[in-house]
Amino acid sequence: MAEILKRNKALAVNPLKASQPVGASLAFLGINRAIPMLHGSQGCTAFGKVFFVRHFREPIPLQTTAMDQVSTVMNADENVILGLKSICEKSNPALIGLPTTSLSETQGTDIKRLVKEFYAAHPEFAHIPVVPVNTPDFSGCLESGYALAVKAILEVMIPSVTSQVGKRKKQVNVLAASMLTPGDVEHIKELIEAFGLRPLVLPDLGDSLDGHLTPMDSSPVTIGGTPVLEISSMGESIATLVLGNSLFEAADYLKQQTGVPDFRFDSLMGLDAVDSFVATLAEISGKPVPEKIERQRAQLQDAMMDAHFMLGFARVAIAADADLLYSFARLVTEMGCEVVAAVAPARANILNDVAAAQVAIGDLEDLEIVAKRHGAQLIISNSHAKETARRLGVPMLRAGFPQYDFVGGYQRLWVGYKGTRQALFDLANMMLEQHGQHEAEPHVSIYSQRTGEQRAPSAADRH
Amino acid sequence: MQAKDIAALLNEPACTHNTKSKSGCARPKPGATAGGCSFDGAQIALLPIADVAHIVHGPIACAGSSWEGRGTRSSGPTLFRIGMTTDLTEQDVIMGRGEKRLYHAIKQAVESYAPKAVFVYNTCVPALIGDDIGQVCKTAAEKFGVPCIPVDCAGFYGTKNLGNRIAGEAMFKHVVGTAEPLPVSPEAQRPGITVHDVNLIGEYNIAGEFWNVAPLFDELGLRILCTLSGDGRYREVQTMHRAEANMVVCAKALLNVARKLQTDYKTPYFEGSFYGVTDTSMAFRDFAKLLNDPSLSERTEAMIVREEASINVALEPWREKLRGKRVLLYTGGVKSWSIVSALQDLGLEVVATGTNKSTEEDKARIREIMGDKTRMITDGSPKALLGAVKEYQADILIAGGRNMYTALKARIPFLDINQEREFGYEGYSGMLELARQLALTLQSPVWEAVRKPSPWAKTSGLGVELGA
Repeated sequence: MAEILKRNKALAVNPLKASQPVGASLAFLGINRAIPMLHGSQGCTAFGKVFFVRHFREPIPLQTTAMDQVSTVMNADENVILGLKSICEKSNPALIGLPTTSLSETQGTDIKRLVKEFYAAHPEFAHIPVVPVNTPDFSGCLESGYALAVKAILEVMIPSVTSQVGKRKKQVNVLAASMLTPGDVEHIKELIEAFGLRPLVLPDLGDSLDGHLTPMDSSPVTIGGTPVLEISSMGESIATLVLGNSLFEAADYLKQQTGVPDFRFDSLMGLDAVDSFVATLAEISGKPVPEKIERQRAQLQDAMMDAHFMLGFARVAIAADADLLYSFARLVTEMGCEVVAAVAPARANILNDVAAAQVAIGDLEDLEIVAKRHGAQLIISNSHAKETARRLGVPMLRAGFPQYDFVGGYQRLWVGYKGTRQALFDLANMMLEQHGQHEAEPHVSIYSQRTGEQRAPSAADRH
Repeated sequence: MQAKDIAALLNEPACTHNTKSKSGCARPKPGATAGGCSFDGAQIALLPIADVAHIVHGPIACAGSSWEGRGTRSSGPTLFRIGMTTDLTEQDVIMGRGEKRLYHAIKQAVESYAPKAVFVYNTCVPALIGDDIGQVCKTAAEKFGVPCIPVDCAGFYGTKNLGNRIAGEAMFKHVVGTAEPLPVSPEAQRPGITVHDVNLIGEYNIAGEFWNVAPLFDELGLRILCTLSGDGRYREVQTMHRAEANMVVCAKALLNVARKLQTDYKTPYFEGSFYGVTDTSMAFRDFAKLLNDPSLSERTEAMIVREEASINVALEPWREKLRGKRVLLYTGGVKSWSIVSALQDLGLEVVATGTNKSTEEDKARIREIMGDKTRMITDGSPKALLGAVKEYQADILIAGGRNMYTALKARIPFLDINQEREFGYEGYSGMLELARQLALTLQSPVWEAVRKPSPWAKTSGLGVELGA
């Protein structure tokens, strides 16, 4: 069990954390024809938008209640009503997400009451679900904001207790945490479908932010994701797969409302984690594991042997939101690495189980100091850690949010036998590129008679 | 910040349209608003000052989503690239511990990073709960012996533009005039050249583009006391009051600084741009004119003849590729006219331009450059922009990064012109890069590929609007 070190300084330097409202927005972006509207100043939205545009390289629908000086001091309730009305009229969305920010929370907004008032004032929009969620950025991080939004979506869409488990005989619910990329979600759906099951993923970023061209030129709302109407049918599924510890509270709610049995996974990276996931699919479906998946498993085992020469005893530093930190730490320690520095931006239950002696709640400065002290050989973190890695002189594997200096990071596949295999190859190659560090320095004898030697010249220099 | 202080900042006497009767700024419309806040604007304006610790005082959202977001470059210190925030917690807000945390945060920054100064950016939550960042800065400066400058720029005060002015005001109030420039060193003196001290205001050195121009200042004997703020240093800002002439680069954003330098220190200023051959030459001529030095004028003209001749030769093959291409320019407004001139130098035709945030003066200037038939676009929504691209048959959209994917999703060539871009376009040599980037996207073979329906598709459904 890892020891959790509390934040112990006044100033966060090179922040690792992205905010709760940003995380909540991300969850809503996984719902089809949806748009989130942050209740805060217009900057809250502008920054969040740029954050995602740079990461996904996609247009991002995101609106604001645009609190200004007067509404901040006097009352911003009207901003929420007007904002909702404006979006409903203009864009006719299938769902509106309404995360708060620390500005509206400090003001003391009652966001749930405002949604009721909106419907009372505008019954013509009663058919458009609005999902309010309290996500001040003075608590939590991207991952927790995302999880709160997923729970809030369930609360709005499944308000009463149902007992229709298994009415849809092949439907399996998937609650997908923020650690999963669109590429991960796609692959998870393929795995589930391989067992003859029909996945209903919430939220489905694999369908909305996978980066695809459509016949439409532009859209004011998301162009893919979980269909809103399907969410209410989650109570008719045969099982729920909960992917990521951060979603366990949302899963509790879903189970309590619907009685659908659930199967929970902290990680889908590494042989053991994927084995238990695949075994669960076989159990739910009552079907044998398809040969194609068996082959992927065998390929991973082969890759593990190939990579263990490079990764054995490797000293790894990881900074990420809790679920991702846990998953990577587990993956690399299963390969014989040691996690010498582990940093998370905010507390979470899963941190106690991270495969490291200590987990610091902190920032990239903390990571840099500990990584240096323990001689870390590679870093796993988001794009912000690039400078950290450069100063430490070690390679870096980009994972998590944001990845703005890298094309395609948003859709990278990490999970399953397939994703794990490629992750191991990449990590092993990073160690290979540092080769020579363990070799002895060449020795030239004081008695040497080899004068005027030079290394192989380049032909290019002669032409 | 008091409401009357904000009102004073919104009133910029140096803007010519300010003589009109005031209708007041429209309040942002909930659910239909784009663009950044005052904090955003203030941070953009000052962050490039390289040897300063920039501390964002607030919960994580303000710094967490924005740090390392700018393409500005420094020739020396990289302290400005280290993200710093007090990352306020719920307990800090409830118990009123924000000021205390800020004080200790300044201490930590000074002890860990030895900055030349500390800038503290106020954000919405501490502004709302009443943290007195001015007093904290004052106490910290006395205690730690490092200048601490409060920049009171909470997002709800208003727009990005207001934030720019708040930043300028903070510099003028707390920093400008607090140190004297060193004399020009004997080694840097050249016979027959009188060295003149000048400032550049509102130049951000995106992707290092100002370094395309900087050697020419050296050549002419123009010593840049301070660039506010690209590749700037704290000490240089302190000496800005000693310049003999100021140039406001491209935008109105920091016009208030130039105006105050004029009223308080009698320093004349002009507005100009380094985008395009014509405007770059014009900027140097304007300096020579303001400085009233016949030798400088003579050397400036000779330099312009030389530079223009050489760049025109180099640009000729590019002009052939670009001539007659139709551009839709949407910069949000402020920089429109300076880019228009650069594009015209390359032989492109600007068929319409965004004037959403342009001042009356900007618009007048656009009309002057482009003629009366110029279309001005005020609606910057993706739908409106794409509609305009179609209507005016534009070949390319040139806009800020956040509109990039609007263009790409509609399979339209695009050039990024904003803060986050990775290529520098200023000066004579910058035109080559601009031409190259324009040709790179306009001539790319991918456009045909992405517009092509699959061989098995019966009809192509391109251009259908969703959810409209």
